[in-house]
Amino acid sequence: MKKKKLQQKLQELLALAERDRIDIREEISRLREKITGDDDPAGRAWAKVLKAREPDRPTALDLIENMADSFLELHGDRAGGDDPALVGGIGLFNGEPVTFLGHQKGRNLKGNILRNYGMAHPEGYRKAHRLARQAEKFGRPVITLIDTPGAYPGIASERRGIAEAIAANLKLFSSLKVPVLTVIFGEGGSGGALGIGVGDRIFMLENAVYSVISPEGCASILLKNSDQAPAAAGLLKLTADDLLGFGIIDGIIPEPDGGAARDHPAAAAVIKEVLLRELAELRLLSPAQLIKNRSRRLAQIGSFSEPNGFLMEAAPGKWWNRLRETIVSRLPAITSPYGEQGEKETGREE
Amino acid sequence: MTRKRTGGSLLARLQRRRTRRKASPFLIRERTLARRKHQCPFCHRHIEEGELEKNFFVCPECSHHFRLSPRERIRLLVDPDSFRETDRELTTLNPLDFPGYEEKIRRVMNITELGEAVVTGVGAIEGWEISLAVMSFQFMGGSMGSVVGEKIARAILAGVRLQLPVVVFTASGGARMQEGIFSLMQMAKTARAAGRLEEAGLPLFVVLTDPTMGGVTASFGMLGDVTLAEPGALIGFAGPRVLEGTIKEKLPDDFQRSEFLLHSGFIDRVVEREKLRSVLAFLLKAHTRPRLD
Ligand SMILES: [Zn+2]
Repeated sequence: MKKKKLQQKLQELLALAERDRIDIREEISRLREKITGDDDPAGRAWAKVLKAREPDRPTALDLIENMADSFLELHGDRAGGDDPALVGGIGLFNGEPVTFLGHQKGRNLKGNILRNYGMAHPEGYRKAHRLARQAEKFGRPVITLIDTPGAYPGIASERRGIAEAIAANLKLFSSLKVPVLTVIFGEGGSGGALGIGVGDRIFMLENAVYSVISPEGCASILLKNSDQAPAAAGLLKLTADDLLGFGIIDGIIPEPDGGAARDHPAAAAVIKEVLLRELAELRLLSPAQLIKNRSRRLAQIGSFSEPNGFLMEAAPGKWWNRLRETIVSRLPAITSPYGEQGEKETGREE
Repeated sequence: MTRKRTGGSLLARLQRRRTRRKASPFLIRERTLARRKHQCPFCHRHIEEGELEKNFFVCPECSHHFRLSPRERIRLLVDPDSFRETDRELTTLNPLDFPGYEEKIRRVMNITELGEAVVTGVGAIEGWEISLAVMSFQFMGGSMGSVVGEKIARAILAGVRLQLPVVVFTASGGARMQEGIFSLMQMAKTARAAGRLEEAGLPLFVVLTDPTMGGVTASFGMLGDVTLAEPGALIGFAGPRVLEGTIKEKLPDDFQRSEFLLHSGFIDRVVEREKLRSVLAFLLKAHTRPRLD
């Protein structure tokens, strides 16, 4: 069935190439590999990257419009600006108020100039900060929708403190007293994505990607050649399948046949169903429990080995004796420096 | 230790450096160069054997602050024999099976004689006990992978556990690409640790040193209660090369330097290396009041 479709697509491509005399050898070899079932993780990862960037995919506002009963967009960071690349507001979600936040791309060139291709400036992250605190004040859950190549790398962005704005959000979202649900529905680009991406439940659409750096960036730095982006995409392990395997995300949300771009309402309906289910579960938890679980989740992400557990080097010396009295007497039971919140004892060993 | 001042006011010296400094901001061998050629690579002043060491690794002429290894930093900063290292044996795995990553780590470990890009522990500054983390740009550009994130988080949480203030010295080119998404998530992990320290009513003092970029700036680097920076340090989110790629022109000379961040309001003070110890001691003393809650 799927192979038949691919064969058909291959024929179409060949016909087009014939007509327009364009070089599509790369696309053809990729399709051929798919048809023959060739094991090509890099090719598959790169195909997802291209899919996640398709201009016809739903934007955050498309999804919100389709998911919410009604939605009122709110503007401004209350510090001097409003960023159209990161939108937010209050929506009624199955009758209940929630706060939506999302990166907003444009649908065409004009839209993308307004929305800066979904690359937010500090004002966007500060607006998200303000609206998240507002949600906390009124007990509204927060739903964040992620689709950005990254925070905008520009002079103004640096001058107005993009790093500080993202850092503040990481701290706030990791200790927010209301449920936070996150869906990466297109590109999850590095710190710009994480700036509204710390939550209790994190989902990815099946064709979304999430990575610390773009494949192009990784290729130009590590492989010294930006043409190697497809190979880098494979190395970075950025697909929804990869991230589910790592335990970074909680689930993969399937897209309609042919991808979310084909049918926005259908894509939104599936996301809504998943979010409603998770929200019902999270609403049962107290704020303290929510924060505790979120802390634990963050503390457990890492890949390292620790042969002897937490160890303070013991050495003689005058100062050490005093330290022992004042500090080490408070230390004895520690096998891990994590406190009562019950985070893991040792690192994740694989 | 005293230090002879030459060449006029700090401002004059900094301005002089700005005009003269044209080497790559990611230059790592600046000290090797200085030692080999017996001159400062930025102002070309002649430098005697051992002169830099006696002067906090700061050029007496142009006041260029040479990068330090964690050991040197700790020796300059904390009371003699007061430092005890923690979590030294944490070693990274290769979660993405990134080709060549383990070999690279082993090679860097051998060259730098460090376990990872950060050294953590407890120590004291003028008798004030602290939990301390010092990052190292020598170790894979100070990039933040699982071990760096974990050790920083532990150093901050050791503050919570032991009721100590936390001091962090940053130096990082950004993410550890070879650890992909695991590297990114360390930003959230360390930010949460900083949040817990705040909830415990304990201070986090951050000292940004040259260079501090990317995910380190955008997490615990910008979450200090007081944020200091060494003079002339490159501090920002996107690297200069990325920015120049976006705007297609050269960046202004002082862009993303400590003094620039001071003017735009993102750090509290620029502090010369010789004064860091006394400034931190002052801050530690000023934060010993019993909590009000
Ligand atoms: Zn000099």
